[in-house]
Amino acid sequence: MIYTLCFYLFATITVFSAIMVIASRNPVHSVLYLILAFFNSAGLFVLLGAEFVAMILVIVYVGAVAVLFMFVVMMLDIDYSELRKGFQKYLPIGGLIGLVLLAELVLVGMGWGLGSPVTTDPATATPALTEMTNTEALGSLIYTKYIFLFQMAGLILLVAMIGAIVLTHRKRPGVKKQSVNKQVMRRRGDAYEIVKVKPGQGLG
Amino acid sequence: MTETILPNLAPAYGEILMAIGAMTLLMFGVFRGNKSTGFVSLVAAALMIVTLFVTVTWDATAVYTFGDMFVADRFTSFMKVLVLVASALAVIMSMQYFRDEQEERFEYPILLLLATLGMMVMVSANDLMSLYMGLELQSLSLYVLASIRRDSELATEAGLKYFVLGALSSGMLLFGSSLIYGFVGSTNFTVIGSNLVHASAHGPDIGVIIGMVFVLAGLAFKISAVPFHMWTPDVYQGAPTPVTAFFAVAPKVAALALLVRVLYVPFGELSESWTQVIVFMSLASMVLGSVAAVVQTNIKRLMAYSSIGHIGFALVGLAAGSQEGVRGLVIYMAIYLVMNVGTFACILSMRRKDGMVEDISDLSGLAQTRPGMAAALSIFMLSLAGIPPLAGFWGKWYVFKAVVATAVADPMATNYGLIILAVIGVIASVVGAYYYLNVVRVMYFNEPDGEFIPQKSFNMTAIMGLGAALMVLFLLPQINAPVLEYARMAAAALIS
Repeated sequence: MIYTLCFYLFATITVFSAIMVIASRNPVHSVLYLILAFFNSAGLFVLLGAEFVAMILVIVYVGAVAVLFMFVVMMLDIDYSELRKGFQKYLPIGGLIGLVLLAELVLVGMGWGLGSPVTTDPATATPALTEMTNTEALGSLIYTKYIFLFQMAGLILLVAMIGAIVLTHRKRPGVKKQSVNKQVMRRRGDAYEIVKVKPGQGLG
Repeated sequence: MTETILPNLAPAYGEILMAIGAMTLLMFGVFRGNKSTGFVSLVAAALMIVTLFVTVTWDATAVYTFGDMFVADRFTSFMKVLVLVASALAVIMSMQYFRDEQEERFEYPILLLLATLGMMVMVSANDLMSLYMGLELQSLSLYVLASIRRDSELATEAGLKYFVLGALSSGMLLFGSSLIYGFVGSTNFTVIGSNLVHASAHGPDIGVIIGMVFVLAGLAFKISAVPFHMWTPDVYQGAPTPVTAFFAVAPKVAALALLVRVLYVPFGELSESWTQVIVFMSLASMVLGSVAAVVQTNIKRLMAYSSIGHIGFALVGLAAGSQEGVRGLVIYMAIYLVMNVGTFACILSMRRKDGMVEDISDLSGLAQTRPGMAAALSIFMLSLAGIPPLAGFWGKWYVFKAVVATAVADPMATNYGLIILAVIGVIASVVGAYYYLNVVRVMYFNEPDGEFIPQKSFNMTAIMGLGAALMVLFLLPQINAPVLEYARMAAAALIS
């Protein structure tokens, strides 16, 4: 009972906020609705017993991706009324593509039983939730059976990092940087000098 | 709780060595800065040679490790040797170039090392997931390498174009992989293969075939077979010349090795379906590579079309669908490696006082100003064209022989396609000879204008000389017997 209630609550809010993402006029509101949609999808994952995916969704999508979106939306100066100008002009072609997609969806829905049933041979069977948690199950796979892929992914990320630095980092002349060595090596004499001033004469 | 068992690392010693070496060199380079480039390059080349010996000593029958995702057999050893030789030569050839351009960056040899590591993983992949990992490691490094001269507009364009199209092809490959996993129920090559054999009673699912075609399209991007070749000329022209020299050989060898494994191990059962695709790609590549190259004036663009054509010829061996065909393909790639590396060593020597030049007309009268280089480049051009006693001819000979043998062996004589493929292939080869011979004509019969500055690097001269000598001497059984024998063993490891 409570399960069903939770499901419908999360599902309704997810669908509603997903619609609002594309319907709201203010892009900042769109991003906020997107975050709401992510949170509710995470709730749906928890209901499915996939708590690891739920947490990852919150951490990665809400914590990183949505915040990034927020930054971009706030930094870009887009005139949305300007963007909407061509709406009339592109309506026919857009509507046509929409119709094609709709037809495809209907066809897929009608031909649900088209393919022969798949002989399920999952790469690894999921252990029951009573045995171990999701996180434990994933960890015991990633670091044993899939260690090779895990290491390769690490190398790919390393290449991405090297690439980003190679292609964007440049040495700019004239930038004042802190040099600890210079600071430590500085002697008392470099910082000031003692000038004997005779009374009444000034520093002329 | 499952107990942990250390996977068998022995088949992957070469890869592990490369990965650790690349990371160590990266740390060294980070602390020493760009002035350590020369040293880092030398160590990188040495590391590749050491890895080569580690790979060669692996001379066993197929061994699977890392949960059957990684395989090492004679086929992988042979292809890895080709990849490592090509990469090591690319590192050596680029040292002088970047020194002359004063663009030395220590990341360059390290990215080359990591790209090579990706290629080795591609060659050894026995699972759709490890295939993708290797492919991405290689591609990502190549995207960066293409635009490593970030101040050059052409190089930036080349890098961007390569990246966007490469990402598209990866997307197609992943889409195909997901279809295959959905319809077959496994990502492992061996399991897919055996599942398809069992499913063959009522014919394979259409979904598997669609998935396979998508994977084929993704891989065809990487080997730049027509109709997925559009990026090649622009990237080859825009990228710095030593990077182009690298692009032209090692990634192609690795991607072809991967293609052969994907077609024979998981999809051996569907050979009727994929033969059509391969025959079409092969035909189109040969024709386009020969015809479109005729109007080129830039030698790097010419080499791009030339490489498209050569991939077409190599695919002829695959279309034959026999052990002999795969053997022909392997021999072809070995010869292609030497021809291309030699040609690019010549192109890298095209330097005037005011910088590098890369037009074919800049070669005019080379026979009078630099007779040695002209002779070497002529040998490479004639070999690329496939003029008989030279090695390039023998490469074509073995693939065409295999495809004709398959066509003739069929008692029903239904393989008209293969006969047509062979005939058009030979015609394309003749058409292609025109532009290779044109380069020779420009060097020998045009008046010289301007002189190249002499090549300072001994390595380049050695690569040119050795390459040309190999092309001429391939006729001798002492030279060709080991290549033919190892190629036969490599093909036998894949197809029994």
